[in-house]
Amino acid sequence: MTSELLFNILGITIVASPAALLAVFSLASLAGRPLGERSMARFTETAVVLGLLSSLVILGMMLVLDRRHVPIEIGNWVVIPDQHFHFHLKLVFDRLSVPFVVLTFILCGTVGAFTSRYLHREPGYGRFFVLYALFLLGMVISSLAGTIETLFLGWELVGLSSALLVAFFHERQNPVRNGQRVWSVYRIADAAFLIAALALHHLTGAGDFEGLMGTGPWPDGHATISQSHALFVGLLLLVAAAGKSALVPFSGWLPRAMEGPTPSSAVFYGALSVHLGAFLLLRVSPILEQSLTLRIAVITLGLVSAIFGTLTARVQTDIKSALAFASLTQVGIIVAEIGFGLRYIALIHIVGHACLRTLQLLRAPSLLHDYHTLENAIGSHLPQGTSTWDRLVPVRTRAWLYRFSMERGYLDVILDEYIVRPFVAVFRWSDSMERRWTAWLSGSDEKGSDEVPPNTSSVEDLV
Amino acid sequence: MMPELHLPWLELMILTPLLGAIVVSFLKDKEFAHKICLAVCGLTFVFATGEWMDFGTLHTFEAHDHWDVIEFVFHKDIFIVDELSAPLIPLAALLYLMTVLSTLRTKVARFSFGWTLFAEAILLATLCCREPWAVIAFLVLATIPPWIELRSRKRSTRIYVSHMGLFVVLLVAGQALLNAGAVGTTTATIAGAMLTIAALLRSGIVPLHCWMTDLFEKATFGTALLFVTPMTGAYAVMRLVLPIAPDWALQSIAIVSLFTSVYAAGMALVQVEARRFFCYLFLSHSSLVLVGLELVTPIGLTGALCVWLSVGLSLAGFALTLRCIESRIGQVSLNTFHGLYEHTPTLATLFLLTGLASIGFPGTIGFIGIELLVEGAVGVFPLIGIAVVVAAALNGIAILNAYFRVFTGTTRTSSISLRVRFSERIAVLILTVLIIGGGLFPQPGVSSRYHAAMALISKRDVDSDQRQKDDKQLTQDHSEKTTTHD
Repeated sequence: MTSELLFNILGITIVASPAALLAVFSLASLAGRPLGERSMARFTETAVVLGLLSSLVILGMMLVLDRRHVPIEIGNWVVIPDQHFHFHLKLVFDRLSVPFVVLTFILCGTVGAFTSRYLHREPGYGRFFVLYALFLLGMVISSLAGTIETLFLGWELVGLSSALLVAFFHERQNPVRNGQRVWSVYRIADAAFLIAALALHHLTGAGDFEGLMGTGPWPDGHATISQSHALFVGLLLLVAAAGKSALVPFSGWLPRAMEGPTPSSAVFYGALSVHLGAFLLLRVSPILEQSLTLRIAVITLGLVSAIFGTLTARVQTDIKSALAFASLTQVGIIVAEIGFGLRYIALIHIVGHACLRTLQLLRAPSLLHDYHTLENAIGSHLPQGTSTWDRLVPVRTRAWLYRFSMERGYLDVILDEYIVRPFVAVFRWSDSMERRWTAWLSGSDEKGSDEVPPNTSSVEDLV
Repeated sequence: MMPELHLPWLELMILTPLLGAIVVSFLKDKEFAHKICLAVCGLTFVFATGEWMDFGTLHTFEAHDHWDVIEFVFHKDIFIVDELSAPLIPLAALLYLMTVLSTLRTKVARFSFGWTLFAEAILLATLCCREPWAVIAFLVLATIPPWIELRSRKRSTRIYVSHMGLFVVLLVAGQALLNAGAVGTTTATIAGAMLTIAALLRSGIVPLHCWMTDLFEKATFGTALLFVTPMTGAYAVMRLVLPIAPDWALQSIAIVSLFTSVYAAGMALVQVEARRFFCYLFLSHSSLVLVGLELVTPIGLTGALCVWLSVGLSLAGFALTLRCIESRIGQVSLNTFHGLYEHTPTLATLFLLTGLASIGFPGTIGFIGIELLVEGAVGVFPLIGIAVVVAAALNGIAILNAYFRVFTGTTRTSSISLRVRFSERIAVLILTVLIIGGGLFPQPGVSSRYHAAMALISKRDVDSDQRQKDDKQLTQDHSEKTTTHD
């Protein structure tokens, strides 16, 4: 068996194992015969182990054969040869994708094992694992994508599963509202991504990352597009990354995402999903090099998000929110590193941060209990010392900063007041005008929908 | 000589529901009428699928029936199937079958099976027709069953009648004027404009869309969705407007359609009642189809033809799910949370699946179509084309919002079982297989639609050249006659 054939078999196995997992879970649910907890846990374990082993073997082969770039052509999903339209499916194993996919399998495997006990006999056990399989598939496809279309495909799967997992405890309204908010931000990010992908297609005539980023394996590629085009496409991709990684001004969704079950918060919003934006920037990093303005924008956004995250994390009253903003701080620094061109450092930072944050979030539910035990043992609250900042910063400034951080930088309020509310107001006004027009035309007000009172809840319901 | 199908599929599938309508209208027992209607719709679907498969084996652009009785009597090919209509016909038959299949006993009393079968026959006849006057006649006939239903439910018909009246007048007057005037004359331009406005009115393009929300609120859900989801307005554009309209006119209409798409997506977001919400959601998607059709570029047209099928299938499934929910809990308000997931997880899954398929979510039937459509729109209008992406994003937000409102947010207690019934489960499985199957294996569908798009574009070019030649000849003859007379 040649090494190329082995690479192909292993590469396909990595994608096929979560796909098969999703297919088994979905078909069983659809047929009205959901699997039992034990079967689901076993299927999950098998799929993750198979995927992980295949990726490790590929990593070993790449090291032994000294290959830095292994493309695996799956073929054209759709092709219209006369119009040069093709939806090309291609996987790429390189120094960026291999660590990311290994990280994905390790963290998802850990969380899968944790969840099989954590959600034992919970009514949503099956639903969690269906969404888990969807998320795993999306992450694997995104990590290994060799074309921008393939990356978009995985990106969308991650978005949907994340939003539905935030709303996991769907018998309550708050998780559902938060899930809706996450989804809304993701849709905006997806739209920016799609427009950027189309623009890249038009500029370079290909969706292949090799074509887009020039020759040379990651991270040595050089983009061939002009500075102004790089700035336009790069800014769109930055919006997409900001939405997915909860950078300013989209940071509001991150603490809301913690409304989901702890395992999903840990692996998705604390570790993997939140780094996907940074991964996108790393993947298209040759474009960033084309424009200094773009790099400054990336660095600024990263640093602002990091400062915002560290300030806000300090005033949170629940551990999951504090960890969420601590994640944001690190992601902000990672984005700034990417802007500075420190690609390897950013990648190592992602891997280290994801592992640490998963551990912290999985530990979070029992931490409070341990704190209480400690406090009971010493008979008082744990001592809290003052920092240097307390002495240097005036009281009024500290009070302002405290309020600013408590209100999470007013980011949600600003988005609601200046974007959502005017948008909703325009369409509600149009709706009322249309109702008056049809009432006048029909000569009566008899309408089924008029019996439903107008929505008086906050605009938050729509975001 | 036009190629022939191996059996008279077209006549069979039009006659079957027509005869069924007559039989069902004499039945007093509603339950029995439902069963007969189901059998007739099933048989019609079999004939329609037979036509599609038979046509696929011929590898031709168009074909007519074997033993074509209509041609024998009138010496004219009235019923013809071509690459545009071949897959639309089984899709239309499937929509009727699904609707009748998922009609629960609670709705049997108020849903007219006789008129439904009549409407199906008319719709299939329209889709089998290319002759302008015959298309117009069927489009006019199709407006009658909903009007009769509105009358029988004692609801105001003024909005429906005023809009459909205008539609009929514009169609008839436009076609009459077109026949009277030569290409390039003011008369022909006015005629083209009248036909275009008629087609846009039937498609619900802003500001001529209010009849659609009115119909959804006053008619039964089944009748309303069967009247709008087959997108006969788009069909009228293809048969009546596309052959005669110049490119600049079509692209101007595309911009109006694009505006409608974004406007309707925004309106769907603020709706507080499910039917009205669905109406705007559908309007946004059908306008996207029109955008692609009017671009008249190979990629744009292929995308539009793909989205036509995917949206027809997915949003019909979405509407049927809403209808199933309505039959359980009554009018569905989107102001409150209903928490139906625990009672009907299957319907919840279908609701999400069909909704996501309509916005072109990866792995569903709509994904490649929307990609092609966006590519086509951006190719023609680099900046305005981005509106397609905006509309899709807004629709996505609206769909998940509706899902959360209907299926989550509270714990619902019910004294009766709300679980999905056997017939509904069958409908769910069929739709799921089609949506996921079409999404995972899109190449055959895209190839077929691309072939159809190229054939339509080249036919439009040939027709346009021919018309110009005829007019030149006519003018020449006229001037020669005038000279001789002098």
